[in-house]
Amino acid sequence: MAAQLPALIPVPLLVLSIIAPVVGMWRQALAFWLAAATIAFSTAMSGWALAHVIAHGPMTYKLGGWEPPIGIEYVLDHVAAFVSLIVMGVALAVVVATRRMAEQEMRGRLGLYYSLVLLLLAGLTGMVVTADLFNLFVFLEISSLAGYALVFLGGRKGMLAGYRYLILGTLGGAFYLLGVAFLYFATGTLNMADTLAVLSASEAATPVGAGAVFIFIGLGLKMALVPLHLWLPDAYTFAPSSVNTLIAPIMTKVGAYAMLRMFLSVFPDGYLIDEVPIGQALVVLGAIGVVFGAAAAFRQPDIRRLLAYSSVSQLAFIAIGIGLATPLGFVAALLHIMNHALMKGTLFLAVMAVRLQTGVSEVPALAGLGRRLPITAAAFTVGAIAMVGVPPTAGFFSKWYLSIAAVEQGLWVILAVVLISSLLSAAYLFRVLERAYLAQLPAAAASAHDGQEGEVRRSRLPLFGATWEPKVDVLLPLVLLAAATVVLGVLNVAVVRHVLEPGT
Amino acid sequence: MVESSPLPAIAVAVPLLGTALVAALGSKPNVREGVSIALALATLGLVASMLPGATDGRVASATLLELAPGINVALRADAAGMLFATLASFLWVLTSVYSIGYMRGLEEQKQSRFYAAFALSVGAALGVALAANLLTFVLFYELLTLFTYPLVIHRESNEAIRAGRKYLLYTLGGGLALIGGTAWLALLGIDTTFSEGGVLGSLAGRDGTVWALFVLLAGGVVVKAAVMPLHSWLPAAMVAPTPVSALLHAVAVVKAGVFGVVRVLIFVFGVDLLRDTGAWQVLAIGAAATVILASLLALRHDNLKRRLAYSTVSHLSYIVLGVSLLGPLALTGALLHLIGHGVTKITLFFCAGAIHVRTHRISVSELDGIGKQMPVTMGAFALASLSMAGIPPFILFASKWYLGAGAVDASATPFLFVYIVSGVLSAGYLFPVVARAFWRSSPSFTWSGWSGEASLKMVVPLAVTGLLGLIWGIAPNVPFSFLSLAAQAANGIGGGA
Repeated sequence: MAAQLPALIPVPLLVLSIIAPVVGMWRQALAFWLAAATIAFSTAMSGWALAHVIAHGPMTYKLGGWEPPIGIEYVLDHVAAFVSLIVMGVALAVVVATRRMAEQEMRGRLGLYYSLVLLLLAGLTGMVVTADLFNLFVFLEISSLAGYALVFLGGRKGMLAGYRYLILGTLGGAFYLLGVAFLYFATGTLNMADTLAVLSASEAATPVGAGAVFIFIGLGLKMALVPLHLWLPDAYTFAPSSVNTLIAPIMTKVGAYAMLRMFLSVFPDGYLIDEVPIGQALVVLGAIGVVFGAAAAFRQPDIRRLLAYSSVSQLAFIAIGIGLATPLGFVAALLHIMNHALMKGTLFLAVMAVRLQTGVSEVPALAGLGRRLPITAAAFTVGAIAMVGVPPTAGFFSKWYLSIAAVEQGLWVILAVVLISSLLSAAYLFRVLERAYLAQLPAAAASAHDGQEGEVRRSRLPLFGATWEPKVDVLLPLVLLAAATVVLGVLNVAVVRHVLEPGT
Repeated sequence: MVESSPLPAIAVAVPLLGTALVAALGSKPNVREGVSIALALATLGLVASMLPGATDGRVASATLLELAPGINVALRADAAGMLFATLASFLWVLTSVYSIGYMRGLEEQKQSRFYAAFALSVGAALGVALAANLLTFVLFYELLTLFTYPLVIHRESNEAIRAGRKYLLYTLGGGLALIGGTAWLALLGIDTTFSEGGVLGSLAGRDGTVWALFVLLAGGVVVKAAVMPLHSWLPAAMVAPTPVSALLHAVAVVKAGVFGVVRVLIFVFGVDLLRDTGAWQVLAIGAAATVILASLLALRHDNLKRRLAYSTVSHLSYIVLGVSLLGPLALTGALLHLIGHGVTKITLFFCAGAIHVRTHRISVSELDGIGKQMPVTMGAFALASLSMAGIPPFILFASKWYLGAGAVDASATPFLFVYIVSGVLSAGYLFPVVARAFWRSSPSFTWSGWSGEASLKMVVPLAVTGLLGLIWGIAPNVPFSFLSLAAQAANGIGGGA
């Protein structure tokens, strides 16, 4: 069965995404269990794949038995298995934790919702395992279409945000496709390894350069690289909570991964630096994005929007790592893909929990909630501290590797940006923490909260007594994600040594 | 001689893990505070058990896990580290007792958070003290910032929150510079396990690199050491409860900063390298200016805690200056001053806190005649003031003697005058407090028996630390062999004058 692993990750998701709405029509509640079981299966497969790759090296899979470069090839190497496990692991935690939020938000459309979730994940994992440029486009569009539809589920504002997202996202897809077409004209192949071989053997040609630029713009849009980030804040803010909690940690990460793939597996070593200055562009735009995103985050009153701009900043961070195009830079970028998925997952899930229990998501309205929701607030704090990059949390180590990678290239400005970005993150995150822990709950607190969208749900927890905490199905995934940011930080050397270094 | 032992790791782990116990016992104040003191005593016992080894040159060391490729989290109880660790764990015991009196006396809110964060902070400070390499040092240095933040904002007033922001901005900023420098050293492939002659010998001749590293690393640690112009977080943090000020000023935070200066200058850069590049002069001049300026500022402040804060800024730079003179004598003096200032400044803060709890007065001008009502407190304050001014036979006289001798030894006699002048200034801002307390009279203070003093939980610790300033001045090796440790740490640094 191990030989089929590359296909076993995306295919069940794809198949079940068709079955889920049918089941949903029969029994709404079953859709969740079906989706969760499928995601758990794919997560397990990803985990197995990673173990297998570490033990036996990369594996390939020929779709339908057709030999590449004619047929479509899937490749699971260290990096692909790693990213796939992160995407699926975080998705599993989020899907389990958002069950009740989804029931609340998606009344009557749960089958559709879970179908879209599965489709999104199928697209994302497909992008991760595919070794074919055109197939990557197909999966990219699958995940994007599912993403638009999910954002649309957020009512009127979601419609508008989703529409913008759709326009820009489609543009991104089109740019990517155009770039691939240019490459295809020059090389006559769509297989990544084959493209690499042809490009390595031939002289640099203008169409290839143009293709690279188009691909860069297309993927830049997908990973919300400044100034192509405009779709992201609205999409994250106005999407339903269950949706933004899912897409925020993982979706842009896969865009970043695809960008990284171009450097690793499609274009010859150094091509994207020497022939076309894409590496440099990524570094410069990344540096601008890190600072811009953090500065914009500071001014946001809505916490989801704050976290969205924080994502812009953090993705720019990943872009710098990719753009440096050195092994250390790639390690930094990949480590940050993992760390950011975990941290953002923790943060968005905590925000979702607060919204589920109290109905608020504006920063001022968080006043005093630290005491009402002690575990959620603690998880948010851990996520925030990791974002700031305090050792030994995971966030520290991606900063560490990126600092080293920048110094190695003599890029002092980047070192300064990396360090300053920590302070900026601290500035906007501590603003939230101060509010949650230090501001007093207004006098008419409970009633004020009751007056808003949802009403406050109270629950009793051992040790904490009466709280507003959600039930264990939300708390457990939240706590696990928060714990993972610390544990994987401490164990980062193992990750880097066994997974990232062999992979890059 | 290094020998493997789990003791350093256990000593750091006890306060860090014990915190959970303190937090969980929040609903039972007596048990919670009992556990706090027990933790402090256990930690002191563990640290003290490593002392004989450290003085004999048998360094206990523990390697925990690989944190970055090739760099381990490692702890080591060498002479310099033990000096700081002993001070921190010893003062923690006294501060725990004092805190109970203070926090109950003022009926402070959220006492569980206070005791828990306090234990975490001390654990992080011990990690800073016992760190065997730069990355481990940075790890605990950053944790220390994080753990002390809840203490700084304890009052949760707007002023406290502003002070907290400032505190984070400065100390996280310093930490980042430190991280940048550490990452760079990792890239250069330099093993940063602290070593007496420094570890950057291979960079000799590359002045640009050395200077840049110096700015990052020394810049990172002097923030917590509150060298001007990076000092303003410290007076701002005065809004916190007095035991927190004691922690910041005497036990952990600023001491971690000056201890960091020792580690970075002596154990990372090394005496020879800093002498060759002349980098030490920048720091020495900055520190000397801070010594004088901060003393002058202290003269101007009527708020007692604020005056003490500027006094701390001044005295920390004594230590920074001593370290940057790069000689064994000056370093002995600097390490001894670290101890002496710890025990002396904590006395002053304990006294300020006792006055506040008992009379709610915070300004120097309100303290006329208070010596009549609180003779023990003000007596301890007088002892500590004498020590701060460097009057023999107090401990800060001994340390200043070494520092001055070190300045002469380093052919940098002007710095000797800095020490002398600031001694006079220290007397200038502290003696008037004592004089007002004892020689002026005011109808509001009369001897009314022991009830005029604060509770015994506060008076006993401050009396103990007040007397220790005198006792350690006469017998610095009783019972913790501070002078031996300082001399031992300083004599290995090489260079010589």
